Amino acid sequence: MNQLQNFTKGLIKENPVFVLLLGMCPTLGVTTSAINGLGMGLATLCVLCLSNIIISLIKSIIPDKVRIPAFIVVIASLVTIVQMFMEAFVPSLYESLGLFIPLIVVNCIILGRAEAFASKNNIFSSFIDGLGMGLGFTLALTILGAIRELLGAYSIFGLKLIQTDGIIVFVLAPGAFLALGFIIAFINSIKKTA
Amino acid sequence: MEIIIIIVGAILVNNIVLAQFLGICPFLGVSNKISTAIGMSGAVVFVMTLATLVTYIIYAYLLIPFGLEFLQTISFILVIASLVQMVEIILKKISPPLYQALGVFLPLITTNCAVLGVAIIVVQQNFTLAGGLIFSIASAIGFGLVLIIFAGLREQMELVEVPKAMKGSPIALITAGILSLAFMGFAGLV
Repeated sequence: MNQLQNFTKGLIKENPVFVLLLGMCPTLGVTTSAINGLGMGLATLCVLCLSNIIISLIKSIIPDKVRIPAFIVVIASLVTIVQMFMEAFVPSLYESLGLFIPLIVVNCIILGRAEAFASKNNIFSSFIDGLGMGLGFTLALTILGAIRELLGAYSIFGLKLIQTDGIIVFVLAPGAFLALGFIIAFINSIKKTA
Repeated sequence: MEIIIIIVGAILVNNIVLAQFLGICPFLGVSNKISTAIGMSGAVVFVMTLATLVTYIIYAYLLIPFGLEFLQTISFILVIASLVQMVEIILKKISPPLYQALGVFLPLITTNCAVLGVAIIVVQQNFTLAGGLIFSIASAIGFGLVLIIFAGLREQMELVEVPKAMKGSPIALITAGILSLAFMGFAGLV
């Protein structure tokens, strides 16, 4: 597989959210606005790239039996670092993402890529794989966040388009399920006709 | 009174699955049959209570006295992962029937963000140990309740004709959305 394919597979064909349905908790939990979705996506992207690089570097020295706990320690350390950075530099985003930042640890995408890709491939392809998957995740979260913000508050990236309250249910919990359900149905229907 | 507020709040008003989006993976993954949903719920109640107890003790008596709060995420996930392994081994030895019922769900629980999420909520919101334990049990029951209701809905849905593009996860997500709307009716209860 060449590097370009390796990169783009995470964006569309194997999009972690819309196709593989991985990492659902942050996907549904933080996408009340496009900014939150983007922020969460980028935080996950950082952790995913770094963890893929590190795990690919140390894959030969980890005994096979303890590889999962070792991966989790690597990921948890990276999440803690990202968490501290966000608290220091983007406190408002840190505040609104709240609980979901430490929960990046249990995001199945990261452990999944570590196990399925980084532990078998060299550093550069692992990095590209992490970048592609991370961007795919960011893209999906931003789209979902933008749709929910647009319908729920009639605004986009905080910019108010119509000066009235939106369809509030879309920024509340049920809206997350409904919006994601319809997006996936839409993608499925395109796939069927294509 | 306070205890009742914690219990009702955690089970119905701020349900961890439908209002806080924790534990969505098992919620969508193991909700095809009521029997598996019941097994998973039992395992979650068991592990979540134990995990909250152990992480609370570690946080309050180990991390805070030594000023190591930043190790919270790492220590919690390690504790939960090893706890799950231990519970699995112990159950296998002392109670084979219980292991039969819960065993297959235990490894899945390590990556259940509800367990880590509840452990973090308990230390963040300064619960007392007893309050935290009640909160975690109530949260786990809330998880189980929703999981079993949802499994029941999905069992019925197998008999219904669904538009092709909606088959599988889209219709499951939309059903979950409607269930979440229904649970919003409990808002204002506490």
